[in-house]
Amino acid sequence: MGVTSDNVLIIIPAYNEEGRVGAVVQDVRSTFASADVLVVDDGSADGTAAEALRAGAMSLSLPVNAGYGAALQTGYKFAVRNGYTIVGQIDGDGQHRAEYLATMYKALEDQDADVIVGSRFLDRDGHYRPSRARAVGIGLFARLASLITGEHISDPTSGFQLMRIGVARFFCSDVYPTDYPDADILILLHRTGYRVREVPVQMRPSPGRSMHSGHSPYYVYKMLLSIFVTLLRPRANGAS
Amino acid sequence: MISTNLRIIAIAGSLALLLFIIELVRRRRLKEEYSVLWVTTAVVLLLLAIWGGLLRSLTHGIGAISQASTLYFFGLIFVVFLLLHFSLRVSQLERRVITLLQEIALLGEAHRDPAPDAGRQQDKGAARDPV
Repeated sequence: MGVTSDNVLIIIPAYNEEGRVGAVVQDVRSTFASADVLVVDDGSADGTAAEALRAGAMSLSLPVNAGYGAALQTGYKFAVRNGYTIVGQIDGDGQHRAEYLATMYKALEDQDADVIVGSRFLDRDGHYRPSRARAVGIGLFARLASLITGEHISDPTSGFQLMRIGVARFFCSDVYPTDYPDADILILLHRTGYRVREVPVQMRPSPGRSMHSGHSPYYVYKMLLSIFVTLLRPRANGAS
Repeated sequence: MISTNLRIIAIAGSLALLLFIIELVRRRRLKEEYSVLWVTTAVVLLLLAIWGGLLRSLTHGIGAISQASTLYFFGLIFVVFLLLHFSLRVSQLERRVITLLQEIALLGEAHRDPAPDAGRQQDKGAARDPV
């Protein structure tokens, strides 16, 4: 990437990721050397925070497990308070490849967007095959989000994102869910006037469990209700 | 047999309950997570009010004589579940509050005895923006 005045922070939310988070930190530091890395340890019982520090990241530890969204929001608050201008997020389980951050950064500048989401489904080469139930859930909310926003959204559950600090500041309010931000948040961003774009990324297979639930009946219920009430709320004027 | 008047009141009441719950979620006074039990109740009540045969066969099924006692029976089961749910939540919250209290107390101790490695995360001090 070229010489810019951007001050980039990459947030890695991590819950019990000892043995994985260190590699993610090194991955980010080697492919995006100009960025600072912050691991938000979401009340882990293992050595997640120590491993992050050893790998050269900054680390914040939440004293109790507060949820994926709450951990991310802690990172956004850190970014806003410390004068960063671009905020990225990448999962702590090693599923996301940090090499795409450079592509996403370029897209953020070139496409005049506020948020770039790394999508597993955009290039349709079939490298990522979620379980059937998960694919149905993701597909349903991707179509719903595309329909409502009028933009093509293929991967609303992706936690691999890069955004301008204004969006992170917007997320510091209570609009942001403490559990799993998903299609509802993309719709909220669109309604607030932020421009969300996707870029295709490849991901590694998830190591056994997923950080994002995604197919339980509760998830479907919660997401439908959340999207519904988001549409009932008056449009906010958060975008600058 | 339930009279038409009672039925209209029951339908209106359960619809009002459903709308009220959605309005609470919309105003962010009720989290989606906690709406599950309430929405379920409102929908079940609505079903019972619209579809009279359901209550009749339920009453027959549990061997009750009056339809009112069937309603009371299921209402009571719901309330028991709700109370249990809240007890679990309160227990969890209490544990978390104690952990947080301890963390704050330990932070205070750290401030009285400054560690040499303090200030690591303060190197980006420009343009501090309170959140």
